[in-house]
Amino acid sequence: MLKIKNLRCCYGNIAVVHTVSLSVRQGELISIIGANGAGKSTLLGAVCGLLKNWSGDIEFKGRALKGMSAPAIVRQGISMVPEGRQIFSPLSVMDNLKMGAYTRFKKDGKHRVAEDLDMVMQMFPILKERSAQLAGTLSGGEQQMLAIGRALMARPALLVLDEPSMGLAPKIVEMIFSTIQDLSHSGVTILLVEQNARAALKISDRGYVLETGKMVLQGSADELLVDDDVKRAYLGKDYGDFLDERNQ
Amino acid sequence: MQEIVQYLFSGITTGAVYAVIAVGLSMLYSSTELINFAHGEFVMIGALVMVTLWVRIGLPLPLAMAGAVGAGCVSGLVFERFAIRTARNPEPITLIIITVGAGIFLKGAAMIIWGKDPFSMPAFSSHESIEIFGAALLPQSIWIVSAALVLAGGIHLFLKQTLTGKAMVACAVNKKAAWLSGIPSEKMGILAFGISTGCGAVAGIFIAPITMSAYDMGTILGLKGFCAAMIGGLGSLWGAFAGGLLLGILESLGAGLISSGLKDAIAFVLLLLILYIRPGGLFAAKEAKRF
Repeated sequence: MLKIKNLRCCYGNIAVVHTVSLSVRQGELISIIGANGAGKSTLLGAVCGLLKNWSGDIEFKGRALKGMSAPAIVRQGISMVPEGRQIFSPLSVMDNLKMGAYTRFKKDGKHRVAEDLDMVMQMFPILKERSAQLAGTLSGGEQQMLAIGRALMARPALLVLDEPSMGLAPKIVEMIFSTIQDLSHSGVTILLVEQNARAALKISDRGYVLETGKMVLQGSADELLVDDDVKRAYLGKDYGDFLDERNQ
Repeated sequence: MQEIVQYLFSGITTGAVYAVIAVGLSMLYSSTELINFAHGEFVMIGALVMVTLWVRIGLPLPLAMAGAVGAGCVSGLVFERFAIRTARNPEPITLIIITVGAGIFLKGAAMIIWGKDPFSMPAFSSHESIEIFGAALLPQSIWIVSAALVLAGGIHLFLKQTLTGKAMVACAVNKKAAWLSGIPSEKMGILAFGISTGCGAVAGIFIAPITMSAYDMGTILGLKGFCAAMIGGLGSLWGAFAGGLLLGILESLGAGLISSGLKDAIAFVLLLLILYIRPGGLFAAKEAKRF
């Protein structure tokens, strides 16, 4: 569904992502893991049209995305839940969700949008409870649900999530990840970018490991979870634990 | 007493005009982060087109008004298309300087079209003035204040109730997220430009009967509007409105009670004070924000 070939992204003259290739097939849940500054968000910026300065090929459903603006890419069916949630704080929760469906009011009509509003509210009952509240007054976890709900309102074929666990309490993170898993089971194709590698790999089908702008590893999520390099670098085990485990 | 009430009346009248100018400026700022220093020139365009259509050509009043507002909107859109969007390096500071230059251009163009002589225009309605506390309240004032209220109320409803209005707010608060939600922020900017310069033209229509209109009237009015918008807190609709009224009243009281030569100075002293003491504006409320 999504194919990236030899992607190279630059800020000014500095390349942040070098020759990265990856693919996402229909219905898959793919995660990209990597440390801070590995180029994960930059990669997503190129896919979603936020970043202009890139070379290589990005193809979605057989169509090249080069030169498309972000709103045009949303119309193609890619929705992104941006890092740090980025909700519209002075608007109500309901209006935030409606903004997510902005491209669809003309195309699909009010009725279809209302159905999807119901669907999202069912998925996140807390949003229904707070629908008249200003989005800025929600807690961090609720804001993350709102951001996911807003992205779903565009009825994406591919949902892209950038660090959905960032800054959230472990319990909430667990909930967010189980929601992502449910979404995946309901047939949405998902590309997940995370620093929380273990949680991300646990729910993923396949994973890619990005390091300083290069794709260093890829494979099924189960393989990556037990891969020694990944364990050492991303799964939060320090060398002591790691060596102990290996010597056993 | 009588004097003060009279000053208040005339202050509220000019204040309402400032308010409309400030609302236009503020609205453009909140959706595009651009301060349009050519804004006053659209007030001038509104006033001069109004004089031409109503007094010279003799169109019926509503038609002439619509024509003047239309001229304001259209020239605003042309301005956006050719002066703003063509900028190769669209940093805010570059764009602001472009607006200053475009303002000078518009002023020059107006001088060629309308000449250097000022025009006067009769009041919209010929009713008797109403006497309150011995002071005369002109029907013109009632016109102006109610039109300003209707305009600000209309923009308020547009931003709060319609999908497009909300999308415009969304663009203003978080452009990136608005993009990612599929909202074309460029179109929203164009729309904001049209509404903003339309507001400027409305202010021009209403100021035309109470002062002389000439090609060079815009600059000072634009600065007064900027001052009013700063008083209320740039980006806030009702803040700008209240700032306009306050500025009008203070100016009128200052001119009447102290010296009429101080009229313009008051606005700028006020602007400096605001910038020193409360740069966020008098009515800047704490925002409900997390993180």
